[in-house]
Formats: sequence, structure tokens, C-alpha cells
Amino acid sequence: MNIAVLLNMVPDLVEDLEIDASGTALDTQWMRYVLSESDEHALEQALLLKGRLGARVTVLALESGDAEEALFSSLAKGADEAVKITGVSPGHSKRALAATFKEALKNMPSDLILTGVYAIDDLDGHVAGLLAGMMGLPFVGVTRSVEPADGHVVVQKELPGGAAVEIEVGLPAVLGVLSAPQPPRYVPVAKIRETRKSRALVERVTAPVQPDGVTIRRLFKPEPAERATMLEGSPEEVARQIAALLRQRGLVR
Amino acid sequence: METGDLRGAASAAQVHPALLFDPHEDWRRAFDPCIQCGLCGGACPLAHAMDYTPRRAIHLAREGLLDRVLQSNTLWLCVSCYTCTARCPTGLKITDVLFPALRDAAINAGLQLPGEFKRALDNTYRYGNSLGEGPRKRLEWTKGAGVPVPVISQVRRRVEVLWLVECYPSYHLRNQVQAQAMARLLHAMGVDFAILGPEEHCVGDCERLAGERGLFESLVEYNTSLLDKYEYDVLVTGDPHAYNALTRIYPTITGRTYPIRHYVEFFARRLDALKPLLTHRIDARVTYHDNCCLGRMCGLYDAPRALLRAIPGVSLVEMAFSRENALCCGGGGGGMWLDGVIWQAAGERLSDRRIGHALATGADILAVSCPFETSRFEDSLKSTGHEGRMVVRDILELLDRSMQGGTPA
Amino acid sequence: MSATSRDVWIYVEHLRGTVAAHTYELLGKGREIAAGLGGRVVAVVLGEGARPLVATLGAADSVLCVDAPAFNPAVPEAGVAVLRALAEARAPRLVAFGATSVGMDLATLLSARLGLPLVVNCKDVRLEDGRVVAISQMCGGKLLAEVEIGGAAILTVLAGAFPVQPGMSDRTPPVEAIPLPTPLEGMSSKMRRLLEPEPGDVDITKAEVLVGVGRGIQRKENLALAEELAGLLGGTVCASRPVIDQGWLPLNRQVGKSGMVVRPKLYVALGISGAPEHVEGMKDSDLIIAINTDAKAPIFDVADYGAEADLLEVVPALVEELKAGCASAA
Repeated sequence: MNIAVLLNMVPDLVEDLEIDASGTALDTQWMRYVLSESDEHALEQALLLKGRLGARVTVLALESGDAEEALFSSLAKGADEAVKITGVSPGHSKRALAATFKEALKNMPSDLILTGVYAIDDLDGHVAGLLAGMMGLPFVGVTRSVEPADGHVVVQKELPGGAAVEIEVGLPAVLGVLSAPQPPRYVPVAKIRETRKSRALVERVTAPVQPDGVTIRRLFKPEPAERATMLEGSPEEVARQIAALLRQRGLVR
Repeated sequence: METGDLRGAASAAQVHPALLFDPHEDWRRAFDPCIQCGLCGGACPLAHAMDYTPRRAIHLAREGLLDRVLQSNTLWLCVSCYTCTARCPTGLKITDVLFPALRDAAINAGLQLPGEFKRALDNTYRYGNSLGEGPRKRLEWTKGAGVPVPVISQVRRRVEVLWLVECYPSYHLRNQVQAQAMARLLHAMGVDFAILGPEEHCVGDCERLAGERGLFESLVEYNTSLLDKYEYDVLVTGDPHAYNALTRIYPTITGRTYPIRHYVEFFARRLDALKPLLTHRIDARVTYHDNCCLGRMCGLYDAPRALLRAIPGVSLVEMAFSRENALCCGGGGGGMWLDGVIWQAAGERLSDRRIGHALATGADILAVSCPFETSRFEDSLKSTGHEGRMVVRDILELLDRSMQGGTPA
Repeated sequence: MSATSRDVWIYVEHLRGTVAAHTYELLGKGREIAAGLGGRVVAVVLGEGARPLVATLGAADSVLCVDAPAFNPAVPEAGVAVLRALAEARAPRLVAFGATSVGMDLATLLSARLGLPLVVNCKDVRLEDGRVVAISQMCGGKLLAEVEIGGAAILTVLAGAFPVQPGMSDRTPPVEAIPLPTPLEGMSSKMRRLLEPEPGDVDITKAEVLVGVGRGIQRKENLALAEELAGLLGGTVCASRPVIDQGWLPLNRQVGKSGMVVRPKLYVALGISGAPEHVEGMKDSDLIIAINTDAKAPIFDVADYGAEADLLEVVPALVEELKAGCASAA
């Protein structure tokens, strides 16, 4: 079985985000990028399948300093090949990113394409669903487990409140992983350093993709709330105010 | 201003066999001299909760049954208090070699690691601190210091003191006030000092003890080249673990020594300049907890006491198990990242036990000199139901109060 | 595809015979937008057993219902096949979904299959001179993107973005019952079964509402108060480390540095001081309400709303308020 894992680098929120002079994009001067959390789970899911079936796992990411770290780390964890995609910068659009991955996946027959869902910078959709739509492949997102079977997989898709629906999906297919059955494995730093020295990334140049999708008219930060809005009054009055808040937000009927 | 990046750093450092386990050698050979006397297990404050005591772990490792130890809880219960090392009649480096080697083996065997432990290591690798805070936020605490805190990359000249603030004092709410106090003390004494700022990374002692050998090596490389960039007379730190690593471990890897002092030594040697500034009385009975790195490992028992005695009004009382016999607070060597695991196995925190010793002295103030300890002991006062019976203060906070006035509590 | 109409379609999400609260938020907002566009708001309800739900959708001008055996729209292939067929025939101007695990999959796949733009995680949607403007929340709420949409588009909307009331109505809407446009048999995704969460198997990281208790709860007996509140809110009780240490709740309820990281829609912090180790585990909750007798407790720096009060007085009063509210709604 051939599994492709698509890696998304998203803004690292550890440092404050700044908006650039144009007011429509982030100021990247101090920004760092981190692998999207659910992509780590997607890789873990792929490695678990590799462990059980001897599948071949290829990871792909768009070229960047932070992406290289993620690619080498994936190799250190056990991925068979890591591909860095050069020649493009799709900007904020996941649609354009999905189109880029689609191009990169040409001539790379995959039984399963895994990537995470809910990247923090999703604006025009998530890569998983968009890619499946563009490639005309079956798709299920928000999976919490993937069980292999003959010529298909059985996935569990999470529903609100901890319920789930079990779906049989024919291959080839695209899956949007929310979480793997076990937490992403830790890879020791020594192993990553060794991998950087001993392995090479495969480079794949892709033709630039038309950045269709939504245009950001304005990017801004919400009003910073330094402190909680304090509710005053007797315990009964406080309770009334809280109940009103909850009703207003649809958290209670 | 540079923030520094550990990744892609140069290749592995030289390893001295005595204090670090060598991944290319069979580290178990270092324990051939073990006579199985059991002093280590007898002295270990958490051995009662371990599946295998240190003695048995050494025995099993030598017998080729390492797997059994790796599957046990033993390797996650060590808080690097160094008591076993201090007691071992054969001088074996149990804390520095055995436990890090066991943890390294567990990590490499792909065993599931405790969640907070993994997170701390990931954070250190990515951001240079176990708390996962951004490098630029290292300067936040300086805003409340009330005195200028120069950053050496901006000062661009030789300084007398390059102060390694380290991670908890920079980022943790309870410890930032201690960093601010130290800045005021240095300033009042006319010391020419500067800090590293956003470039500063963890010195890595706890990461070393946690068994992440590659991470520690990359921190050593990073820190050695960082320190090489600047000129200073002495390095001063408030973090006993940083002091421990720079004093005992870094030299064995790099072959160089560092002029490193913990603040207790630095201030104690300048008591002539400091004492006149301590104008306000703190009328209280004070007891001092000897932390493991300054104490058992490095023998600094008198300096902190000298500082406390210099504060007018302070009456120093010793608690049971002091100096070489002090009971660890439980935070070292990854203990801060294994709290849940240790709690589950032992049903208590070492700091809860230790606070009992402090309370028994009848002291009003428990004085400490390690950033981990303030929160740990304050928590223990609450969880043992003794909140309000005494307060926990770092020596820096007490010196600062004596200098500025205001209530210590 | 035919020329775009001016209709606003609302995807009705439902589970176990109940329509999700956010659907009513969307219906209310949808009415407003549709009126501005000069079109109608149409509720689209799909799935086996969906027909009876129509009675609650009176705020819609009309309802499209596809109720067929073995049809579960939570299977993205199936849901999108039907939505696509309907949309291609009727060309809605906007199709809005809740930003949930069901809605996000349907919206994204549909957007790709129809070739229509999509904006996710909307906090607000409004009309400006006939153009739809959406505000999307990104980066854990730290960034907002204002997006203008000229033509037809798909949106997913965050729960809690709009008030529920305008979407509720006693009217009986006109219903168009439509047979399955494409057979399920040919699809490469097949629904197997619905999995319910194990009773007693508490995973606080999946809860949408959490009531957190700290030292301020004082005694184990007082936990019952928190449980009652959690029950009324459809949530679960969790705790900071000191409460777990006492053994009053099991370890799988611990929130914080040595416990779990949670991101519920609502986190009610009762008697929790807000030490960094705890805050680390819950700071990304959508709405945080804190009750603590200490006005200086650091929890108030991270909460959205707070009260300097005794939880032992406020919680019983809140429970009464919520019960009274339910009674008047019934």
C-alpha cells in the first residue's frame, strides 16, 4: 500500500501575530511556522498503517525552513521518503495549496492520501476535502481511526459529543485525520540530527497554480481583552446574568 | 535582536565517560563495580514507589534484562536529588548516568512517554525553554523591574556580569518577581551587568537528566557558541540546575571551564557592599531549604545562610535533614514534567513531605534559592492544609524587601 | 448550472432526532440575509428519519427534505452527492453550514465539486450593497479576516455567532420532499453504523461544555453542585490538580499541564485560582466564565466573564435560573 501524507505548515502562535502594512496579510518578519497539529496525527496514522501492513509512506510539504525540519523529523520517525515541493507559494489559500499538492502527486500513485483537518489558518476550506474534490476521490474527514481491509479502509469519523460514524471507504481515497489512535510518537533529537546528515529530501518542482479562492479585504486582530468583564451584584443577580449570557450564545435553551 | 535556533546545529560533541553515558559504548559497564549494597535504594526518597529500586535496576541491566526496567515505572520516578550518588560507596554516577541512560533507552525503544514530559522536551527543542514560551517574551519580566536591564547584544562591550536569567525566572509568573528583585539588587550594588535576552536558551541540565542526549548536546553547542560571542568577567545565575551543568558537566564535554557563580555565592562574596543596603528589618524566624544542585552536588551550604543572617531581624533555624541530608522538593531532573506520574505512583509529592520539616521548626518563612521551589512549596502548604502558617520566599525576595522596605509576606 | 438565485440555504444538522442549536442561529441570520438579497431562506434537511424534524424549521420560507433509507449525510460522499444535485438544479446564492465535523466536510467537498468559493469559521456575515461580507476567525481567534463574496458561495459558521431566537418559529413551513437524486449503492463510501460514546468513558477533551472545579469547592460533597450544573448545560465536570490529588475525581478529569488540554465551547471555572499550570490546559476555550472569591485570582485574566463571588451561592442560584428557563421554554 502506498500512503502519501501531506504536511501543512501553519503560523506558530507562540509569538504574537502582526499584520503587515497592506493590512491584508501577516507580517512574516518574526513569524515562525509549525507543523499543523492534526498533520502530526495524520503522519502517526500513516506510520501505524505502515507498521501493520508494511505500507510505503511518503511525506510532502511545500519548501520552507520550517518545513524541512518537519520533513526530516518525519523521516526520522519512519517515513520512507520526504518530498519538498519547490517553485510555488500559494499564499493563504488552501484551495491553491490543494491544487499544488494535486500537481505534486501526479505520477505518484497513492492508495491513501492522509492529511490533517482544522489547520488554524484555514480560511477557504481544508486541504483534505478540497484535494479530494479536485482529484475526484472518495473522502472522509475528522477521522479518529483508520482500519485497513481488503481493497478498502474502515474509518471512524467523529461527531459532536463523542459519538462517531463508521464508514467503509473504497481506495484510492483521501482522508482528513483529526487524531490517530495513539499520540504522535516522540522522535529523539539525536535521531533527527542523524537523519539530516544521512538522508536527502526529494525535490519536486511544480508549476505555479492560479490562486483562485477568496480575497482578504482586511486582516485584523480582535479587541484585546485584558481582563474578564466582571459581573456585579448578589449571587442571584450574577446567576441571572450568566444564564442570560448562555442563552444568548445558544449554549442553553 | 537574535532569537537563536537549535535546529540544524553542528554534529555531536565529545563525550566524557564519567559524567555522561556514551551512546556508542555499553553504559552498563560503568556499573560493573556496583557491589549491590542497596544504599542507593535505601536513600532514595521515592524508591518505595518504584517497581525496581536503583540497586535492582542496575542488577537487571547487568543481567541483560534491561527491558524489564524499561517497562517499569522506575525510570520516571527519579527527580535527580543525587542522594544515591552521594551515598554510593563505590562512587557510581547513578543520577548522572544510570537514569538518563534508561530514559534514553526508553525513548529510542519508542515507548510511550508521559505527555507532559514529551511536551517539555518538544518545547525545549523548538523554543529553547520547557515552558513553550516565545523567545521574544524573555524580556517581558524586565518591564516590571523598575531598573534598567541591559541586553548584552545591544550593550556590545565587555561586562562584569553576564547574568543567565534562565527559563522559569523569565517566564513563570511566580518567578518573574524574583528576577526583578535580583535586577534591583545588582543595580543597587552598582554591578555592571547584562542579560542575554531573546537569544537565551535553557542550559539543559534537566533535559540531560531526562535522557534526551541529542537535545542536551545541541543545547551545549548552542550555549557554548553563544557565550563565546560575548566578553564578561563572570557568569551569574539564579538557577541551580544551570549552575550545576555549567560547573560540572559542560567542562567535561567542551574541555573548558566557565566562571559561573550562583547568586548565593556572588552576593555572599560581596556582603560588604550588600549589607549596608539591607536597611529594613524582617523580624521573622526563617528556615532555609538546601536544594539538591547547590547542596549535595556542589556543596554551597554556607553562602545562602550568610545572606539570610545579614538581613536585620532574621533569626535562622535549621530544619531536620538539612545540608547534605536535605530532602529534595521533587522538581529536578524532569520531575517538574513528571508530576502526574510521580503522584500516581507515590501518592505524595516530596515537597509535601519537606514542608512538614519546615513547619516543624515553627518558622514564619521558608527561604529557598531555586526557582522550581517557590511554587512547589506554596502548593504543598495549601494541599497539606497549612496555608497561612508560613510563607515561601526566595532569598532574592527577602534581600530585596530588606533593601526596599514593605512587608515580606 | 442555472443562473444564481437569491436564496440562502441553511444545512440542517441533526443527530438522534434533535436539530443542532446552531441550525437555528443560521436560520435566523439566513432570514436576514435572504431578505436583504430579495430571496428566500430554505432549510435543507437530509437523512433517513429527517422528515419529522421539519416541524421545528418554521423560520425557513421552505424546506427541502431528502429522507431515504440508509441515507446518512454524515458520510461526506453521500451528503455531497445529494447537495450537489440539488444545488446544481436550483443555484442557491449562499449555502451555510455549521462549522462542525459534519458541516466542514460537506462544505469543503461541496465547494470543490461545485467550484464555488468557501469561507470557513465565520463569526459574522452581513450584506453590504448587495455583496455578502463574512468575517472569518483564524489562528485560534487571534486573527480575523474580512472577506467579500460577489457571487454564489458556501459558508461554515461558528456556533454561538448569532442569536438563536430569530431562528425559532411555531409556523409549519412548506416542505418539498425529494427522492434521492443518486443511488447510494454506487458510492465508494458506505455507512456502516453509528457509534455511541461508552457510558462512563469520559473524555473531557471531547466535551463541548466543561464545568471545572478547583480548591474553592472546599469539600467533596460540594461536587454535586458542579455535577448538577454540568448536567443542565449538557457538559462534564473536570478539575484542577488539587481536586484530583484529593481523590475527589479520577485522573481522566484533570485539566492542566500534568493533565489534559481542553478547548470546549464553554468552560465554567468554579473556585479555580488560575495558576499557570491549570490555565495552560484550558485557555483556548471559546467562552470562559470564572467564579472566585478572590478578585485578584489570575483566572480573571484569562476568563471572558467573571464574578467575585462564592460559588456555593452562585451555582445553586444559577441552577435554579437554568431550570426556570427550561420550564418556561417547554
